[in-house]
Amino acid sequence: MSERIEVLKTYKTYVGGAFPRSESGHYYKVFDSEGDLLANACMCSRKDVRDAVKAARGAFKSWNSRTAYNKGQILYRIAEMMETRRGQFEEELSKIGFTAEEAKADVNASIDRLIYYAGWTDKYQQVFGSVNPVASSHFNFSLLDATGVVAIMAPENSPLLGLVSVIAPVIAGGNVCVVLASEQYPLPSISFAEVLHSSDVPGGVINILTGKKSDLAEHFASHMDVNAIFYTDKLDNEMAKQIDELASNNVKRVVKKPVEDWYASDAETPYFIMDFQETKTTWHPVGF
Amino acid sequence: MNTIQLPSITPIDHVAVEEKVGRLNKRSIKKESKVLALKMALSMMDLTTLEGKDSEGKVRQLCQKAKQPHPAMPDLPHVAAVCVYPSMVRVAKKALTGSDINVASVATAFPSGMAPLSVRIDDTRFAVDEGADEVDMVISRGAFLQGEYQQVYDEIAAIKEACGKAHLKVILETGELHTYENVRLASDIAMQAGADFIKTSTGKISPAATQPVTLVMLEAIRDYYYATNKMIGMKPAGGIRTAKQALQYLVLVKETLGAAWLTPDYFRFGASSLANDVLMQIVKQQTGSYQSGDYFSLD
Repeated sequence: MSERIEVLKTYKTYVGGAFPRSESGHYYKVFDSEGDLLANACMCSRKDVRDAVKAARGAFKSWNSRTAYNKGQILYRIAEMMETRRGQFEEELSKIGFTAEEAKADVNASIDRLIYYAGWTDKYQQVFGSVNPVASSHFNFSLLDATGVVAIMAPENSPLLGLVSVIAPVIAGGNVCVVLASEQYPLPSISFAEVLHSSDVPGGVINILTGKKSDLAEHFASHMDVNAIFYTDKLDNEMAKQIDELASNNVKRVVKKPVEDWYASDAETPYFIMDFQETKTTWHPVGF
Repeated sequence: MNTIQLPSITPIDHVAVEEKVGRLNKRSIKKESKVLALKMALSMMDLTTLEGKDSEGKVRQLCQKAKQPHPAMPDLPHVAAVCVYPSMVRVAKKALTGSDINVASVATAFPSGMAPLSVRIDDTRFAVDEGADEVDMVISRGAFLQGEYQQVYDEIAAIKEACGKAHLKVILETGELHTYENVRLASDIAMQAGADFIKTSTGKISPAATQPVTLVMLEAIRDYYYATNKMIGMKPAGGIRTAKQALQYLVLVKETLGAAWLTPDYFRFGASSLANDVLMQIVKQQTGSYQSGDYFSLD
């Protein structure tokens, strides 16, 4: 027998439930903590952003109209799938400098976070919706509805837990998303896409791109069909300013929530769901 | 009554047709030329609503859109025509008063054509009397597939007569003709019988317009032009939803028939959702930002 050659995985993007390569044909090198080459990752372009937003928009109506219970089931299913493939994630994390203990803790916390938001899907409406006292003969109530297509720039230094923590609350609330993975550590995001692919998440609900933040932020921010942009890292002032300005063209929600520590108690909160909800208030005449 | 000169149809090389379309689709049209082509596509559009649920309001809304496709950009060209059912011609005509946009009406028991010829002729006369400038008829596909070519020819000629001054577009419904050879033969019959335009589809059958079928029809138009010096128009309809597809069709026309056909007098798109995508691309070229359907009219 000749010596076996390892079969290496090609890391592509995740758009519309499929794994296409970047339209640009460009790649960049991803290194492990020793400085050795791990893989090539797709260097996505503005056209990949366009395609991903299109896929997301196409999936929005159906995802948002699913029952809260069903959305919860699907989030729970992602956690189940992740549990069965934890070895893969632990290995990927250890290659980029996590100790075995840290990698295990990161995967545990990621799975638990999905369960946490799975539980919230049928509760946030009850907690944050309201019946409002008014001084006329109306029954006045406020309901929440999803914002729409959310562009997410995932945390740079928490490639798995941070990624899961920003995606889960967005989709739990009925939104769909286009995610730009950690630029330096993009590989866990694509492995996470494989989990999503086998978790009953409809294609297009979560789309994951890899590439340079400095290239793509402006396209997320300027795209008129993106309804919100979400990031938790501290961006340099120029980029943050550019995002704010471009986002103003269609009055996108720009949600900046700095999170230092993804294990901290405020890193999982239903307020992350609330950041991507629109409140609709109805005045219903009564007493006639 | 004229008898038809059946052309000898040599088998059409499927592979060559599809390869040629594939090759032409690779043409890259960018920047200024793209904007010009998009505006041209807009000016060639037959904005169409052909649904059982069409109401007067819907038709008026469509006519408004025909006159001014995107209010935020008042300089855009208007579309070529509005295409409706005969019962809506009057409404469309009134809504388009003062513009030079044509009213096209489907007639002849659209989309099946399964009514006696006398009924189809009456249907056509009604549409023309109501003010239709253009009539879109369907051929009898059943008769065609049975080989009753003379019948198909006679019917088209009869409808052409009923049209009077109105332009006649003949819908072949290529999705039901199955082969390129049939498409070519039907095109030749329609042109001989007096069609001003030949049109691929009703939009009610899948597949509707495809580029290879369009290419076969364009070549029929070209050969007819060489033989008779008459320019016949072409209208692909159904299934053309994106600006990108529209540009690809324009390339096909340019490469097969030349620039003389690149006017609304000789080339039309039958479409309903295409207009918004073309508008979104024009705005994208102008602003640099990808657009959202939220900012364009629902139709």
